[in-house]
Amino acid sequence: MKHKHTLSVLVENTPGALSRITGLFSGRGFNIESLCVAATLDPTLSHLTLVTTGDDFIIEQIIKQLNRLVDVYKVVDVTEGVYVEREMALVKVKAEDETRAEVLRMCDIFRCKVVDVSPKTYTIEVTGPESKLKAVIELLKPIGIKEIARTGTIAMVREKKTV
Amino acid sequence: MTKMTGKEMVVEALKREGVEVCFGFPGGAIIDVYDTLERDGTIKHVLVRHEQGATHAADGYARATGRVGVCIATSGPGATNTVTGIATAYADSIPMVVFTGQVPTSLIGNDAFQEVDIVGITRPCTKHNYLVKDVKDLPRILKEAFTVARSGRPGPVLIDLPKDVQNAKAEFDYPEKIKFRSYNPVLEPHSKQIERAYRMIEKSRRPIFYVGGGVVIANAHKEMKELAEMLHAPVTMTLMGLSGFPGTSELSLGMLGMHGTYCSNMAMAHSDLIIAVGARFDDRVTGKIDAFAPKAKIIHIDIDPTSIQKNVKVDIPIVGDCRKALKKIVKAVKKAGRPAEAWKEQFQEWWEQLHAWEERHPLTYKEEPGVIKPQYVIEQLYDLTKGKAIISTEVGQNQMWTAQFYKFDEPRSFLTSGGLGTMGYGLPAAIGAQMAFPDKLVIDVAGDGSIQMNIQELATAQQEKLNVKVVILNNQFLGMVRQWQELFYDRVYAATDFTFTPDFVKIAEAYGATGLRATKPEEVREVLEKGLETPGVVIMEFVIAREEGVFPMVPAGKATTEMLLV
Repeated sequence: MKHKHTLSVLVENTPGALSRITGLFSGRGFNIESLCVAATLDPTLSHLTLVTTGDDFIIEQIIKQLNRLVDVYKVVDVTEGVYVEREMALVKVKAEDETRAEVLRMCDIFRCKVVDVSPKTYTIEVTGPESKLKAVIELLKPIGIKEIARTGTIAMVREKKTV
Repeated sequence: MTKMTGKEMVVEALKREGVEVCFGFPGGAIIDVYDTLERDGTIKHVLVRHEQGATHAADGYARATGRVGVCIATSGPGATNTVTGIATAYADSIPMVVFTGQVPTSLIGNDAFQEVDIVGITRPCTKHNYLVKDVKDLPRILKEAFTVARSGRPGPVLIDLPKDVQNAKAEFDYPEKIKFRSYNPVLEPHSKQIERAYRMIEKSRRPIFYVGGGVVIANAHKEMKELAEMLHAPVTMTLMGLSGFPGTSELSLGMLGMHGTYCSNMAMAHSDLIIAVGARFDDRVTGKIDAFAPKAKIIHIDIDPTSIQKNVKVDIPIVGDCRKALKKIVKAVKKAGRPAEAWKEQFQEWWEQLHAWEERHPLTYKEEPGVIKPQYVIEQLYDLTKGKAIISTEVGQNQMWTAQFYKFDEPRSFLTSGGLGTMGYGLPAAIGAQMAFPDKLVIDVAGDGSIQMNIQELATAQQEKLNVKVVILNNQFLGMVRQWQELFYDRVYAATDFTFTPDFVKIAEAYGATGLRATKPEEVREVLEKGLETPGVVIMEFVIAREEGVFPMVPAGKATTEMLLV
């Protein structure tokens, strides 16, 4: 069964490290659905969050292949356990007389922020799990989306809770 | 601390890593390293005639010795010419360090003269690679490169050296040992897994050892033999595994896979336990994957976790060095203390079946009067060398006939491009091996097609006054492809007919070497005897049956039991 997996990868902050990882995916026919890279507290390590799909067999190969790269320090499949994930999108949506109020209402319901206003558009910031972004985008589509920019998913394993 | 230039660091690192010989071809972007290498004079440099030759020679040297092979090339075309050799070494896990010159850092990215992004190009076919941007990083990078190349699952590492970095100065602090934060191959196999493996072996009735190149690389030859003999269990080898277990042993079933023996393939298919040691269930071994070894449980020993569960489901994975794992299993067998007779009895029925298969379809070929059969040439070569030579091959029919009819007993005595299947590998690889072992007999078995892919290296062998022998099995065809066309493409011989073949005897003579030719079966022995006795480079050409095929053969995509036989 194919499933979506979110992998959290710590990698040496060296030139070419990212290219090694993306090259591994393209060279072996694995799929990258989203990819997000940024620095960590340790400037010599980068944190990479990667969303991919595959059956258990493929995901096992992907994790092993990533670990095989000399530059890769750690790979965690966060989807294995309990985790939080967030993605942010900026959506520029048509907002003319009859729809301006409707867009704002939608923002209110989904707790989005309007970050830019023009006579004919609103740009809104949506943050949440991918499912929320999807819902907002679907609802805004009929109103008219002019442009969209997404960050890709970032994820973190939840701390064990004590009751 | 002493200050050094980048080029001095390179030469100094080579010395500290115990490099005795390197192979290469100079050019403008690497001239500085060459200058230092020559003035220093400690390290022998072999000047090849094409950079691909340098990589294969370094690879042949590495395979024959187990040490890291080193080669040097210039930027741009020099660097791109190394790619096939690097990919060849990568596919077969051969330790190698490749130095390439690069345009000065200020020009990188400017499409400068002889500039190419070789680090980008070789990223997917090296174990790791480096572009050195600051000479201060060079000592660490040099140490890392050699460490990465030879440790874990070995492989080629490339270091790209911009011209200004070669001449810049920095302190040379060469670490004795290096610790990686992100690279720590698992060498020690898990004891629990060893115990489980032993219990599975104890329960088996039809076990088979499936030995791959990992046994050769890990120098686990002795342990492999000891374990197989203790259990009195059959052993089959992959192409890369040949020489990892004695081919003359009564326990050896010969090679398996596409051109493996009938017995090996039948044994795998009917076995109840496959013990894979340093092998990776390649498509040439498994055939149609759904029909592969349906009744077998699988124990898989490999240093590279990605090899395990990649193609087949494994019951007991053992990640670690083959030698360490085999040692531990040997220990477990000893500890269990079963008498040798008990094992023999346990597998007796299995052996009866194996012998029956062996008798039904042994490795064989049909003799034809007046025509030289290539298999006969290899048999005679084996007989004359008593199996003591180092044999390299090209790729294709010549390679398969050698694998089938030459019996390898000594580890590292068979050098062949298994994974990538690189035509043109054999001659430069033989040169590399001969550089390591000047007194050993080194023979390249070639076809008329593949020998022409790196025939220029005859000059290298001559310049080094080597004794490399070349056996050319000349059928005036690209024989392996022709065989496929005969069997699966209605005998449409598209682009495989070498109607024109050069006169190999004259080619030998033009290079100042000796050339001999046999056209009749009765001349074969004589030519081989004379050729092997003659000092220096000798080409022995055998004009063989034009349309001889390699059999058994498992057609691509078919189950391994569906063999085409002689």
